[in-house]
Amino acid sequence: MARSNPIALRSLISEIGPVDQVGIEERVAKYTTRSIKKASKVQALKLAVSMVDLTTLEGKDTPGKVASLCLKALHPHDDPSIPSTAAVCVYPRLVKHAKKLLRGSSVKIASVATAFPSGQAPLATRLAEVRAAVSDGADEIDMVISRGAFLAGELALVQDEIAAVRDACGKTTLKVILETSELETYDNIRAASFLAMRVLRPGDFIKTSTGKTSSNATLGNNQVMLEAIRDFYLETGTEIAMKPAGGIRTAKQAIQFLIAVKETLGDAWLNNARYRFGASALLNDLVRQLAKEKTGAYQAPYTLSEASGSY
Amino acid sequence: MPAKRPNNPARELLFGDLWEYDPAPETAPAHIAPRYDLFINGQFTAPKSKKWFDSISPGNEQKVSEIALANEADVNAAFAAATAAFSKWSKTSGAERGKYLYRIARLLQDRAREFAVAETIDGGKPIRESRDFDVPVAAAHFFYHAGWADKLAYAAPGRTLAPLGVVGQIIPWNFPLLMLAWKIAPALACGNTVILKPAETTSVTAMKFCSILQDAGLPPGVVNIVTGAGDTGTNIIHHPAAAKIAFTGSTAIGKFIQRTLAGTDKRLTLELGGKAANIVFEDAPIDQAVEGIVNGIFFNQGHVCCAGSRLLVQESVADEVLRKLKMRLRHLRVGDPLDKNTDIGAINSRKQLEKIQELVKSGVQEGAEIHQPACKLPKRGFYFAPTLFSNVSLSHRIAREEIFGPVLSILTFRTPEEAVEKANNTPYGLSAGVWTDKGSRILKMSTELKAGVVWANTYNKFDPASPFGGYKESGFGREGGKQGLLDYAQIV
Repeated sequence: MARSNPIALRSLISEIGPVDQVGIEERVAKYTTRSIKKASKVQALKLAVSMVDLTTLEGKDTPGKVASLCLKALHPHDDPSIPSTAAVCVYPRLVKHAKKLLRGSSVKIASVATAFPSGQAPLATRLAEVRAAVSDGADEIDMVISRGAFLAGELALVQDEIAAVRDACGKTTLKVILETSELETYDNIRAASFLAMRVLRPGDFIKTSTGKTSSNATLGNNQVMLEAIRDFYLETGTEIAMKPAGGIRTAKQAIQFLIAVKETLGDAWLNNARYRFGASALLNDLVRQLAKEKTGAYQAPYTLSEASGSY
Repeated sequence: MPAKRPNNPARELLFGDLWEYDPAPETAPAHIAPRYDLFINGQFTAPKSKKWFDSISPGNEQKVSEIALANEADVNAAFAAATAAFSKWSKTSGAERGKYLYRIARLLQDRAREFAVAETIDGGKPIRESRDFDVPVAAAHFFYHAGWADKLAYAAPGRTLAPLGVVGQIIPWNFPLLMLAWKIAPALACGNTVILKPAETTSVTAMKFCSILQDAGLPPGVVNIVTGAGDTGTNIIHHPAAAKIAFTGSTAIGKFIQRTLAGTDKRLTLELGGKAANIVFEDAPIDQAVEGIVNGIFFNQGHVCCAGSRLLVQESVADEVLRKLKMRLRHLRVGDPLDKNTDIGAINSRKQLEKIQELVKSGVQEGAEIHQPACKLPKRGFYFAPTLFSNVSLSHRIAREEIFGPVLSILTFRTPEEAVEKANNTPYGLSAGVWTDKGSRILKMSTELKAGVVWANTYNKFDPASPFGGYKESGFGREGGKQGLLDYAQIV
C-alpha cells in the first residue's frame, strides 16, 4: 500500500489552481449582505425544505425514532404548500425500517456507510457495509474518504477507494464526504473535490462534512466546493451535485447558502437533485419561518421544538 | 507552471430568473432638507449671491435639494470666520481637540443609516457600499485622528508640530462624505481651521454633516463649508488667508491649482487621477483574482481614482480569466442604488455618463473587443452596464485615459518584466494590484511598480492608519497614517 507520492498533492493543486483564503471569505461575506424578502424569501424557504436530508446519526437511534423522522420528512407541516424533504439520512442498520415508511414516496433514503464517520475500517468491511445498505433499499450512500491517506499524500489510494465504493453502489447515488475540517485548508478541499469528482458519475454528490467534528459546513468551504463543481462542469460537462452538512441550523443560513448556489452555479443547481442540506434542526426553523411569513407571527416556541432529537 | 486546460467555450451556466430576489429598498429616512445654506462660523448662512442650484439624484433624475452657490464674498466671509477661529483653536489642547473629533465620530456612527441613505440618494452609489464602506470608514477616520490629536509630539519625535493655519479643501463627488472625513479629520487633529468645498453634484451629506458639527459643539468657524461650482473653488485657492490647499479630483484641475499656487507660500497636496494596473499572474488564485478585479473596477461604478481599470493578465491564463470575468458580470446586479441587493448603482451625473459613453465608443472604434452582460437598466437615471474590453493595446485611449466608470481594459503580458513595464507605462501612479501565489514576487513587484499603493491578492482596501496617495501625475502628499497627518502640520 506504499503509494505515497510526496508531490502528488502539490502537482494537483498546481493543476487545478490554488484558493486564496482571505479572498474567498470576502466573497462569501457578500452573500450574507443580500436581502431576501417577501415572495423570494418564501420561495427560498420552500426550496430549502425540499433540499433537506433530514438526518439522525446517533448511537441511540431506534426504529421508532427513525419512524418519526420519516413522518416528519414526508409531512414537515400541515400546510400542503410546504414540500416533503429530499431524503432522510440514517445509519445502515435502520435503512430497512425507513424503507417501510417511505416506499413509494418522493423522499429518498440516504445511508451513511464506509465506517462513518472515521472511515477507519478495512476497505472490504466498508464495501460490505455499502452493499448491505444498498440491498436494504438505500437510494443514496454517504461515504467518507480516507483523510489520513489524503494528508499522507496517498491521493491515488483515496481516489481508488472512492471508485470502489462507487462500483459497490451500483445504481445508487453516491455522496462523497470530504470532512473539510480535517482537510483544514481551502487548497486541500479543492484538491479533494477534484479527486472525487474525477471518478464520480453525473448526479453524484460531494459533501462537506460528517457533522461529527467541531467545524462543519461553512459558506467558505461550500464556496470552494461550488467553484470546483463549476470548473469541473465547464471542463468536462459532468454535473456534480453538492451537499453541505452540519452547522446549518437556521433558515437565514440556508438562504445564504442558496444565494451562493444561485450566484456560482446558477439555476441548474437550484433543485434537490443538485443541492442538498444535511441537517436536522434546520427543518424546524424553515417551517417556523414559513409559518411566520404566512401568518405574520411566530408560533409558540413549543409548536416546533428547537431540539434536533424531537420530531 | 501548469498549462491550464482550456474550458469548452460552448458550455455555459444558466444565470436566469428561477429564483429572483424581490426588490429590497432601504426605507430609512434620509432627512434631506429642501434647501441648504452655507455653513459659516457655526451657522447656516444664506449665500450673499442669493443663488441656489439644484442637486439631482442620479438614480432617478429627481431633484434632491437646493444647494447654495457661494460667491467670492461668501468665501471671504468663510475665511474671516476660519481666521478668527484659528487663534483659539490652534491653542486648544490636543486632548480637547481630540474630544471634539471623538464626538463627531460617534455622532456619525449614531446616524450612520441616515447618512448612508442620503449619500446613496445624492450620489447614486449602491446602499450596500455607502452603508458598509463610506460611512463606517468616514467615522473610522475621525476616530483615528482623534487619537492623534494629543499625541502629535510622537509624530515627529524630538520636534514640535504646529498647525498651518486656515486650510482650503476641495473634494470630489465620488466619495463625498469619506473624502470630507479624510480632509477634515487630520486638519482638526493638528489644530488647523478649515474651509471645505464639496463637489457641485454631491453636497448633501457635507451639509448634513454640519448639523453633526453643531451637535458636537465644535467652536464656530473651525469648520466652514461652502458649496458651489468651479468658481467657488477658484475663490478658495486664490484667497490670501489660505495656508494650504488640499485637493482631490481630476489631474487637469490639479495642474491648474498647482500653476495658480506657484510663487505663493501656500502648501499644496494633490490626490488626482489614476489608471491603475491590476496584474494577474498565471499562478494566482483565479476565482479570487476575478473577484478582486470586479471589486477593483466596478466598486462605486468605477468612480474611484485608484480603480484597477487596466487588467494585465498573463497570456497563459488570459482566456480563463476573461471567461470567468464574463460569467461573474452576468450576476452583478445593476439598478436602483437604494436596493440593498444592488451591486452597481447609478453614474454620478449625466456629464460623467456622456464621458464614459464617449470613451467606450472610442474603444470600439480603435478595435478593442467589447463585452457587456445583458442587463436591464432602469429607464430613468444615469446607468451604464459593466463593460469589459479585450484585445486592448497600450496605445488605445481606453488604456491611457482615466474613464472613471465601470469599464475595464484587458491587456496581456508574458513575463514579470513586461508586466512592470506595461504597468508603469502611464502618466499616473496612484495604485496597483498584484495577484500571485508567490510571496517573493509580491515583494519584488511592489518595489518596481511606480504606484503609491500596491495591493497584493486584494484590491481597494483602505484603513485610516495606512497612508494613501500617488506618484507622478496622480499627485503628491498622503492621506491617512502619520504621513497624512504631517501634511497638515509644520515642524518647528
